Amino acid sequence: MITFDRVTVQYAEGGPPPLRDVTLHIDEGELCLVAGRTGAGKSTLLRAINGLVPHFTGGTLHGAVTVDGRDTRTHPPRDLADVVGVVGQDPLAGFVTDTVEEELAYGMEQLALPPAVMRKRVEETLDLLGIADLRDRPLRTLSGGQQQRVAIGAVLTAHPRVLVLDEPTSALDPTAAEDVLATVTRLVHDLGVTVVLAEHRLERVLQYADRLLYLPGDGHVHDGTPATALTHIDIAPPLIELGRLAGWTPLPLSVRDARRRASDLRHRLAGAEPPPAPVAPDTCPTLTARKIVVRYPGTVAVAGVDLDLRPGEIVALMGRNGSGKSSLLWAVQGSGPRHGGTVAVTGPRGTADPEALRAGQARRYVGLVPQNSGDLLYLETVDAECAQADRETGAADGACRALLDRITPGLPGDRHPRDLSEGQRLALALAVQLTAAPPVVLLDEPTRGLDYHAKRQFSAIVRMLAGDGRAVVVATHDVELVATLADRVIVMAEGETVADGTTAEVMLASPAFAPQVAKVLAPAPWLTVEQVAAAISATRAPA
Amino acid sequence: MTDAGTTADAGRRPARWSAWWLPRGLHPGAWWLWALGLATAASHTTNPLPLALLVAVAALVVVRRRGDAPWALAFRMYVWLGVVIVAMRVVFRIVFGGGQGEHVLVRLPEIPLPEWAAGIRLFGPVAVEQILGGFYDGLRLATMLICLGAANALANPKRLLKAVPGALYAVGTAVVVALSVAPQLVESVLRVRRARRLRGATGRGVRALRGIALPVLADALDRSLALAAAMDSRGYGRTGAVPAGQRTITGGLVLGGLVGVCAGTYGLLDSAAPGYLGLPMLLAGLAAAVTGMLLAGRRVRRSRYRPDRWLPAELLVAGCGVAAAALTMLAGTVDPQLLYPPVSPLTWPQLTPLMLLAVGVAAAPAWLAPPPPVVRVHRPPVADPPVPVPTTTSPGDRS
Repeated sequence: MITFDRVTVQYAEGGPPPLRDVTLHIDEGELCLVAGRTGAGKSTLLRAINGLVPHFTGGTLHGAVTVDGRDTRTHPPRDLADVVGVVGQDPLAGFVTDTVEEELAYGMEQLALPPAVMRKRVEETLDLLGIADLRDRPLRTLSGGQQQRVAIGAVLTAHPRVLVLDEPTSALDPTAAEDVLATVTRLVHDLGVTVVLAEHRLERVLQYADRLLYLPGDGHVHDGTPATALTHIDIAPPLIELGRLAGWTPLPLSVRDARRRASDLRHRLAGAEPPPAPVAPDTCPTLTARKIVVRYPGTVAVAGVDLDLRPGEIVALMGRNGSGKSSLLWAVQGSGPRHGGTVAVTGPRGTADPEALRAGQARRYVGLVPQNSGDLLYLETVDAECAQADRETGAADGACRALLDRITPGLPGDRHPRDLSEGQRLALALAVQLTAAPPVVLLDEPTRGLDYHAKRQFSAIVRMLAGDGRAVVVATHDVELVATLADRVIVMAEGETVADGTTAEVMLASPAFAPQVAKVLAPAPWLTVEQVAAAISATRAPA
Repeated sequence: MTDAGTTADAGRRPARWSAWWLPRGLHPGAWWLWALGLATAASHTTNPLPLALLVAVAALVVVRRRGDAPWALAFRMYVWLGVVIVAMRVVFRIVFGGGQGEHVLVRLPEIPLPEWAAGIRLFGPVAVEQILGGFYDGLRLATMLICLGAANALANPKRLLKAVPGALYAVGTAVVVALSVAPQLVESVLRVRRARRLRGATGRGVRALRGIALPVLADALDRSLALAAAMDSRGYGRTGAVPAGQRTITGGLVLGGLVGVCAGTYGLLDSAAPGYLGLPMLLAGLAAAVTGMLLAGRRVRRSRYRPDRWLPAELLVAGCGVAAAALTMLAGTVDPQLLYPPVSPLTWPQLTPLMLLAVGVAAAPAWLAPPPPVVRVHRPPVADPPVPVPTTTSPGDRS
C-alpha cells in the first residue's frame, strides 16, 4: 500500500536529515504506530506519505514514496486526496467550514463527487463515527474528542485507503482519547483502512498496533512488531518497563496480557509493601482558598471549591476537559475571573489575596504557567527573555538564567523561543515565572506534547521545586505521570471536587484513574515500576 | 422533522401542498431579491406612511420566518441603526440648514461665520418644514437599510457565499475562511493578554502591544499554515489547466459585466441619470457577467453538497419583492406628488390604493414562504464544553 524506497529528506534550512535512506513497506489494512522522541522525524515521515513533504514544506526528497501505485513526485497532496486522508494534531486548525455536516462534505466537493453520493456518504460517516447528533453543531463548540472524530470523519468521506494521524490524542483526556482510538481500531477492523499513527503516549495505542516504526533520531527507522521492537528501545510505557523488569518474553502489550502472566510476580511481591505515602507535612498551609466560584455565561466552571496547599507538597489536579481545572488555577492566581470565595497566600510580605494585588506583585505570591507555555514568551532569544524576567521582577542580573541552568543545563542563549522543543520551552517559561520566587507554583497541562524523556526530566524539576519548599499544583490528564509524581490527587468534575486524597487512595479506588502497574498487580497497592523494582531488589537482598 | 403545527396543517391540505410547507431554509438569493425589491420601493418615495409600512412589513416577515442562528438576531441592530440615521438627519438640518420655512418652532441664536464660509449657516431659526424634510429623507435611507438588514437576518450569509457561481468559488472560500479566523484571532488576543498579566505586565503601552501582537501573529501564521496544509491534502484546488488566453477573456467578461451591473443599478435608482444608464446597462452587464462565469465555471471540477434549490416558493418570495417595487414605480407615474409629499406648504401625507397594494404584496412571504427549519437544541458555546460521558466504558485495561 505504502512504499518508501531509499527515502532521504533534507530540509532547506540545513541540519541533519530527519529521514535517511528509509526503505519500508506498509501492507494494506495494517495499523502502524510511529514512535520516537520529539524531533526524531515522526511528522516528516507522516507528511511524506501524502506528499506534503516536500511539496508543501519545501526541502528535498531523494528516493521515492509510492502510495497505492501513485508516486508522490508526480502527485501533489491534492491529487492524493482520494487515497490518503491526513488528520493533524490540532483538528480545529484544519477545519475549513464551520459546521459538522459541511466539514464532512468539504473533501468530497473538492473531488467533484455527485451530490447523491455525497449525501449518502455523509449520513454513513455520521453513523460510523457516532457523531450523528452533532451534525448541525458549529465546529468551535465541540469538545476536543468530538472535534478529533469529526476531523477523522471529514477525511473518511473521500473513502481513502490510507489514514494518517499525527498525535490524534495528545490534547485529549483519557476518556476522549479512548473514544478516538476505538473509532480508529474500528476503521481498521471493519473497513480495512490502512492507518499510520504517531503517538507519544504509547501506553494508549500499543495494544492495537500491528507494527511499530521506531525513529531513534538519527534518520533511520526501525521496523518490527511491537513486542520485538520494544525490547531494546529507550522509550517505553510503564507496562513494557514492568515486563522487562519481570523478564517476560514476548513483552505484554495490553494489561490483559500482563495480568495473565503476573501471578508469579504478584506472588513474589506478596510479602512486600510499597513505601508508605509521605506523611503530609503538618505545617500550616501556604495557600488557603475557600468557596471559589467561577462562572461563564451559561455554565458554572468552578462551584465553590476549597483548596489547601502546604509547602513542599505536589498536588495533581485531574478531571475531564471542561471540568474546571484551568478556571480554578486562574482564579486562585488572581489573573482569571473569580466570582466568589477567598484566597489567602502566605508570601514574602505577609499574607495576601493575589487578586487584590497588582499583577506584578501577584506573581510573587502565586506563579502560573499556562497551558500554552509559549504565550508567556515574546522576545527573540532565550537570553533576552531571561534578562527581561530579571528586569520585571527586580532580581539580580542572571537570576533567571541561573534558574534555567538548574532546570535544564545548557540551553543555547541565542536560540529563538519558538525554535525550542516543547520541553525546553516549558522549562524556559517555568524559569521566567520562578524568577519572582513565588511560594506556590501552578502548572496547567504541562506535559502536553512531551515524550517519555522530557516527562521524566519534568518530574525531576517538579520534585526539585517541592524540595525547595514550594507548593506545586499540576493539572494533567496523564495518569502515569501522576502516579510517579504526585503526593496528593484532587479530582474535579463539573466544577466540584469529587475526590481529594493521597495518590494511592485516589488512584487505586477507581479503574479509570489507575495506572497500568496498579491494574496488573491489583489488588496489591503498587503504583509505579520504581516501587516494584525497589521491592524486588529488597526481597532479593536477604536471599 | 415537523413541529405539531405544520403536521396539523399538512393533514388538512392536499398531499401536493404538504411538501411546500415543510420547514426548510429558503434559497438566500430569494430573500435578497425580495429585500432589494422592498428597498427599491422605499427609494422611490419619501412619504412617511408607506415607508413606515415597509419597515413594519420587513419586521413582520423577519419575526415570522427567521431561523435561530446568530445572524438572525442582527435585525434589531439594523433597526437601531435606522433610528440613528433618522436622528442624525434631523440634527444636521437643525444645525446647518436653518432658515427655510414659515412655521418657525424656536429661534436658536445664530453663530456668525467668517466671509469664506458664506452659504453655511449654523443654527438660527428652526422651522417645521426643515425638520420634516430631514425626517422624510432620513426615513427613506433608514427604510432601505432596514430592508437589507431583513435579508441579512433571513438568509444565512454563508449559504449565500456558497451559492456563488463556480468561477467565484475561490473567493467564496477565502471569505468563509476569513470569517472563521476572526473569532480565533480574538480568542488568541485574550489568551495572550491573560498570559501577559502572569508576567506582571499591565497590558498598556507600546511595549505591551508588542508583547501581545508577536505571539498572536505567530499563532495566526502557524494556524494558517496548518489550514493550508489541511486544505491541500483534502484536494483543494484540483482544477484542470486553463489556457492563459481563455483565463483573460473570462476574467474580463466577469469584471466588465459586474461594473456594468453596478452602473446599471445606479442608473435605475437615480432618476436624474440618462435613460441608457438604467435598465439596458444593467441587462448588458448581467449578460456579460453571466457569460464569463459560465465559461469559467465549466473549467471547475467541483460539486456542491446539498445545494440550495430554486423552487416555486423561492420564485414567489422573489416575485413579491419585485412586484412591490414595480407597483411603487407605477404609483409614482400615476401620482408623483403623493409619493413625494411637499413639505411646504405643509400637507398631511396620503396613501394611494396602489401603495397599499405594494405593501400588501411585500408582506405576503410572511405567510406564503415555508417556515424556517425546526429549532434544534444548541448548547451554549463555552470555551471547553464537558465531554459527554460514554455509555459503555471498559475500564479494564487501558488508561
